[in-house]
Amino acid sequence: MNHMAIAALKTQRRNLVQSMFDEGVLDNQFNQLQDLQDSSNPNFVEEVIALFCNDAERIITELNRYLNDQNVDFSKLDSYVHQLKGSSSSIGAYRLKLACVNLRQASEERNKEECAGAFNSIRREYYVVRSKLQVLMQLERHIVNLENQQ
Amino acid sequence: MTMEEKMGGSGGEDGGKDRFPIGMRVLAVDDDPICLKVLENLLRKCQYHVTTTNQAITALKMLRENRNRYDLVISDVNMPDMDGFKLLELVGLEMDLPVIMLSAHSDTKLVMKGITHGACDYLLKPVRIEELKNIWQHVVRKKKPDSLDHSNSANQDKAQGGPGEAGPTSTCSSDQKVNKKRKDQSEDEDEDGEDNGHENEDPSAQKKPRVVWSVELHRKFVSAVNQLGLDKAVPKKILDLMNVEGLTRENVASHLQKYRLYLKRLSSVATQQANMVAALGSKDPSYLRMGSLDGFGDFRTLTGPGRLSSASLSSYQPGGMFGRLNSSAALSLRGISSGAIQPGHSQTLNSSINGLGKIQPAVLPANQNQNGTLFQGIPTSVGLDQLSQNNSSNPFGEFNHVNDPNVFGIGTNFPDARVAVVSSSNTVPTVSGNPLLLQANTQQTHSGAFGNQSTHGLTSLNQESFDMHVRGSSNFLDRGRCSENWQGAVQLSSFPSNSLSTSEAFNHEQLPTNNLRECISWPSSHLSNSPLDLTSPTANSASLEDPRRMSQVGLNNNAIQNIDYTTKQQWGDQRHDYNGNMNRSFCRVDSLVSSSRSVVDQGNVVNDKLNDVSLFSEISGDCAFVLPHLEGEKSGLDTKLRSNEDILFEQTKPQDGFSQNNFEPLESIMMSMIKSEQNNESPLMDGEFGFDAYSLGSCI
Repeated sequence: MNHMAIAALKTQRRNLVQSMFDEGVLDNQFNQLQDLQDSSNPNFVEEVIALFCNDAERIITELNRYLNDQNVDFSKLDSYVHQLKGSSSSIGAYRLKLACVNLRQASEERNKEECAGAFNSIRREYYVVRSKLQVLMQLERHIVNLENQQ
Repeated sequence: MTMEEKMGGSGGEDGGKDRFPIGMRVLAVDDDPICLKVLENLLRKCQYHVTTTNQAITALKMLRENRNRYDLVISDVNMPDMDGFKLLELVGLEMDLPVIMLSAHSDTKLVMKGITHGACDYLLKPVRIEELKNIWQHVVRKKKPDSLDHSNSANQDKAQGGPGEAGPTSTCSSDQKVNKKRKDQSEDEDEDGEDNGHENEDPSAQKKPRVVWSVELHRKFVSAVNQLGLDKAVPKKILDLMNVEGLTRENVASHLQKYRLYLKRLSSVATQQANMVAALGSKDPSYLRMGSLDGFGDFRTLTGPGRLSSASLSSYQPGGMFGRLNSSAALSLRGISSGAIQPGHSQTLNSSINGLGKIQPAVLPANQNQNGTLFQGIPTSVGLDQLSQNNSSNPFGEFNHVNDPNVFGIGTNFPDARVAVVSSSNTVPTVSGNPLLLQANTQQTHSGAFGNQSTHGLTSLNQESFDMHVRGSSNFLDRGRCSENWQGAVQLSSFPSNSLSTSEAFNHEQLPTNNLRECISWPSSHLSNSPLDLTSPTANSASLEDPRRMSQVGLNNNAIQNIDYTTKQQWGDQRHDYNGNMNRSFCRVDSLVSSSRSVVDQGNVVNDKLNDVSLFSEISGDCAFVLPHLEGEKSGLDTKLRSNEDILFEQTKPQDGFSQNNFEPLESIMMSMIKSEQNNESPLMDGEFGFDAYSLGSCI
């Protein structure tokens, strides 16, 4: 019984990951992360994702704050975007990374409106990748639990 | 404080030394927790021993406590508590540890900054495990040559120490840099590159007698490898084919290993370079150009001793020259260079080289694919390479490998680059398009050559090729015969100055094919300022028609070697020889080169390196991929170059001169020249002309 459940879950997981790749939500870097996970490092992916989400949310809050200023401090903006870009790319959050690039571009041009638009994209992409990753992690845990029960 | 004693793991800490690079101790610094964690795990996967910290200040403290506890430092560029570059500088100064920079941004300026501050490499986030697998080479390089004594592989171990070349090791494969340095030194001592020399500064400091892979020897080697096919090339067979007395299978084996690495590097560099080139955009052309020049410069040096055996030429991947560039420029160069070499591509190479200018260093990445198309890396060199290649049995065929798309990529960016590589003789037709160059260069499948590049094992090879390229180009530009020929050719072929501007003109007639050939085949005698004597026009004659041929010819004759030298000089001096346009073009090239150097931060850095490298590498028999940069290393190279002739680099001097990236005219000129050559319009001058074509390319 469990076998079937595990198999079904694995299929689901596989499909989810595939769809994320197909949509560009994730890129190859995510594969590298998965590769790094092994028996000596069993929760690596989950840990990284958790770290990422924390950090990303912090940065998004800051970005929001700076963007709402009367006089936008573009250099600060740039610095935060840079961070987010780095972590997004490290985790393989492809679309989110692209959104960061756009915001960086807009920030360099000192175009507040464009920055606002780009920032909204960032936020949107972040939530997309976060929710999907969360589902993925749940599936993962579930599978591991079932397997451990075997 | 020099921790010279540190040899891979001094103090036996971690005991990783024995199984190096396993257990290599890395200190990773990054304020971004995700990146740091991922990096840490990636490094662990490579079996390194990792220590992490998210603060630069902490990192410094840890390092100061005991520098011997670490072999390598990887640091992010943007950190809140301290600028990554500052940390880089301090570590370099105080602890003399290799430092690799990391960043999410690949700005040329940043990369350049990294190089100038002494970074061994510059990686982009997200870092891939493949890149990390090679970082240990930076540790090896930094070690003193002595400690790394390998029986025949002096090239790679170039310890940073010595060569007084620019402090920063240049991101591009240190190998190249190292090689370059070595070459520089060797150049001074002996053009023959008698000393593969570990030591940059003192060839005689070698601990054990090692086989000196002179240009001639290397050429034979490459020729043998090409004959057998890179995949099937085994030391024993190569040894047999080479038929050199006193050479052992071990010598060949170790050299082969380096060569393979070199080719690989070239391809990777090429890719990177291509990217960089693209990124660089307009600047690139100048950059590339510079690179090419460098390549040529080296080329000359290589030829110093004598001719550049085609083999050696071919093996000198342009990439080598570029290697130095490290920065993106280097990368692009690599890609380009490799591509460039291809015979038909030579033209493109030229152009690409120009474009690559920046990338140049990178270009050298091991272009494995090409058997002996070492030149490929360097666009300009390509031309030369081809020439050199001819020496060996494979007349450009080998180069053809180069055609990596990368090269094209780069070329495209550099509009000017187009003609740059005249050397490729065939390139003439392609001159019009950068793509040509790119093609040639693309060979190299560069992989990020620039940045990360580990200077490939081939460094020595690269250098050579690089040199070769440079030479070719230099010859071209130099007054050497080439210029004369060229001029003659150009003029003879009624190469109207206008035609110069139109690439089409090139295509046909303008340059007597013969000339090209000749140029290429310049006998080594040209090495030194003497005009290039394209002694063996014969070989070349046939080829002109086909760009490929040109290169072939050149290669066969080692003429390239000569060309290098001459071109170099010509560059500076003889420009005027050519129809006015040519001169102008050259000047431009020069200036471009120089300007490109200046324009592109990276480019500059790279160029410098390239110059040095290329020049020297040739001489020392290593593939000095690193083209002596026009500016920087120039001094080193200059010396070398001078020995050979005024190597192109001299030309680059004018850096501030022209800064115009107006390669266009140059390109057209080159194209025309090439064309004329091909058409054999007028027998320009024996051989010289032929070479000119190349040089044009290289000039560009």
